[in-house]
Amino acid sequence: MRVLRRWFAAYPWIGSFVGALLVWLAAILFTGGHGAGGMITAALALAAFTVVVGVAQMFVIALGPGNVDLSLPANIGLASAVAMKVMDGSDSRVALGVAAAVASGTLVGLGSYLLIRLLRIPPIIATLSASFIIQSVGISYGRGLQVKPPEGFADFCIAEIGGAPVVALCALVFAAIAHGLLTKTIYGRSVLAIGQNPRAAWLAGIDVERIRLLTYVQCGALGGLCGALLAGYFRGSSLEIGDEYLLTSIAVVVIGGTSVAGGKANIPGVWGASLFLVLLLTMLNTFGVSAGLRLVLTGAVIIGVIVAAGGEARGR
Amino acid sequence: MSDAAPARAESRRTRAAPRVSGRALRAVLPALSLALIVLAIDWVNPRAISYFGFNLMLNLAVPVAFATIAQMFVITVNDLDLSLGPFIGFCGCVVATWLRDAPLLGAAALAGGVAAYALVGAIIHLRQLPSIVVTLGMLFVWQGLAILLLPTPGGKAPEWLHAIVAVKTPFVPWPIVVVALLAALAHFGLMRTSYGAILRGAGGNPIAVARAGWSVLWAKTLMFALCGLFGVFASLALIGLTTSADATLGRGYTLQSIAGVILGGGEFVGGRVSPIGAVIGALTLTMAGSLLNFMRISPDWQVGAQGAILIAVLAARVLINRLEERRR
Repeated sequence: MRVLRRWFAAYPWIGSFVGALLVWLAAILFTGGHGAGGMITAALALAAFTVVVGVAQMFVIALGPGNVDLSLPANIGLASAVAMKVMDGSDSRVALGVAAAVASGTLVGLGSYLLIRLLRIPPIIATLSASFIIQSVGISYGRGLQVKPPEGFADFCIAEIGGAPVVALCALVFAAIAHGLLTKTIYGRSVLAIGQNPRAAWLAGIDVERIRLLTYVQCGALGGLCGALLAGYFRGSSLEIGDEYLLTSIAVVVIGGTSVAGGKANIPGVWGASLFLVLLLTMLNTFGVSAGLRLVLTGAVIIGVIVAAGGEARGR
Repeated sequence: MSDAAPARAESRRTRAAPRVSGRALRAVLPALSLALIVLAIDWVNPRAISYFGFNLMLNLAVPVAFATIAQMFVITVNDLDLSLGPFIGFCGCVVATWLRDAPLLGAAALAGGVAAYALVGAIIHLRQLPSIVVTLGMLFVWQGLAILLLPTPGGKAPEWLHAIVAVKTPFVPWPIVVVALLAALAHFGLMRTSYGAILRGAGGNPIAVARAGWSVLWAKTLMFALCGLFGVFASLALIGLTTSADATLGRGYTLQSIAGVILGGGEFVGGRVSPIGAVIGALTLTMAGSLLNFMRISPDWQVGAQGAILIAVLAARVLINRLEERRR
C-alpha cells in the first residue's frame, strides 16, 4: 500500500491511465467484448485532439494561479473556418490552410496577452472578453458557409496505420517534444519557475513577461492547429467545433496531475486524462445514456475527480 | 522613526487630493458609460427615450441585473461562477414546467439548486479548489439537467409570474423600479451592514477574517448560496418575459453577469465590489444591445460588442490609474 502511494506521489499521472483502463473495461464488459479494438482506435483519435489543446492549456495553467485561456473554444472555431476557407477544397492548398489557421490562433494568443499586459486584467477576464470578440469575428467570417475539407486532408485526418490513427501517432510525437520542452529547455523550466513564484523567478533573471507572452502565443497557435485538424476530421468547419474544449482542456490538465496552483506540470497525465475523458464518453454512449444525462455524468465525474485529487491548489 | 512619521503623514496628505479625484472618477465611470449610451440612443432614435421605450428596452435588463448581482456575490469572495448562465437556463426550465404544474415540486427543485450552489461553495473552500474548474463542471451538470427536463423548447410561464412582470407603474417604468430596489437591497446588505463587511473581508483578507473569529467557510457557502438564489430570481424574471423556456435559454448570461460586475467598478480580487455599480453595468450592457439594434448593426456583432465595451471600460480604468500615478 505504501509502495503504491509513493508511486502515485512520484507519478501523479498514473491515476488517469488507471481510470482510462477501468472505463474501457466497463465499456467492453457491457458490449461483451465486441468492438473493443474499434473503441480504442476511435478514442485514440479523439484523444489526440484533446492532447494538443490540453498541452497548450497546461503550459498556461503552469504559469500560476489565475492563468488560464478561456478563448480556446472560440479560437478553435475561428481557426477551423479560416483553414477550410483558405484550403477551399483543394489539396494543393492544405499547407497554406493549416498555416493560416495557426496564424489566426497566434494572433488570438497575442491579442489575449496584450489585453493581460496592457489592461493589467486577470487572464480569465482578458481571454473571456477576447473570446466574445473572436466569436463575433467567426460568426461574420464563416457565415452560413459549410466548406468541405480537401479529400486528401480529410483522409489524412482519419487515416490509420494498423489500427492506430495517424493523428494519434502525431500527437504522441508532439507530446514527446512538449515533454522535452517542459523538462529540458530553459523555456519550460522558466514556465515552472514563474508558476512557483513569479517574483523569485524575476529575481533569478528570468524575463517573466517574455515567457508569458510566448506561453499565451503557443497556446493560441496550438488551438489554431487543432481547429484545422478538427475541421478535417469532422469533414467541415463549424464555430461550435471547439465548444467542448472549454471544459476538457482544463479538466485534462487538472485530472492529469498538473497543479492548478502552478509550477508543477506533466505531459503524460494529459494523455491519460484525455483517454479517460474520451473513453468515459464512449462508455456512456455504449450504455445508451441520453444526451442530457451524459452531460450531467461528465460534469459530475470531472468534479468528483478534481475534488478527490484537489487539496493543495490555491487561488482561483 | 520619530522623524519619519510626520514626513510620511505629510506625504500622505499631499497625495490625498489626486487620489480622491481618481477614486471619484472611477466611481462615476459606470454611470458615465450608461449616460453615454442613453445619449447615443437619444441621438439615433429619440422616440426610444419615453416611458414605453424604456419599458421595452429595459425589460431584458431585469434578468441581467439579477444575474449580475448573483455573480457579484461570488466575485466578492474572489471566485468566479462560470455555470451561472446554464444554471439560469435550468431554473427557467423548472419554472416553465414544474413550478406551473406542480408548484411544490418546482419550488423544491429551485431550492435544491440553491443548496447545490451552497455545497459547491463549501467544497471549493474546504478542498481549496479553483472555482473556475468546479463551476465549469457544474456548467455541464446544469446544461444536462435542463436538457433532461425540457428536451425541446416549450413549457409555459405561470400566470402569476407573467402578471408580476407586466405590472404598469405610474411615471417610472416597472423595470427601473425593480432594478433600483434590487440595487438598494444589495447595497444595504453588503455595504451597510456589519456582516456584509465581514463577507467582503472574506474576499479581501480571508486570513484576517478567520483570525478575528469569523468562519470563512460559512461566508463562502453563504455567498455561493446567494448567487444561486439570485440566479433563481433571474430565471423567474426571464421566464416571466419569454413566457416559455428552452434548455439553452441561459446562454450568454455568464459573460453578461461578469461583464456587468466589472463595468460597475468591481475588482476581480479583494472583495472590492459595488452593487449599485453592478446594476448600472447590467443596464449599460442591455442598453448597448438596444443601441446596436437601432444602429442596424448585425446581431452577429452583439456578443463581440459586449466584449469590446468591457475592454474599453477596463482600458479607461487603467488610464485613470495611470493619470493618478503620474500626478503623484
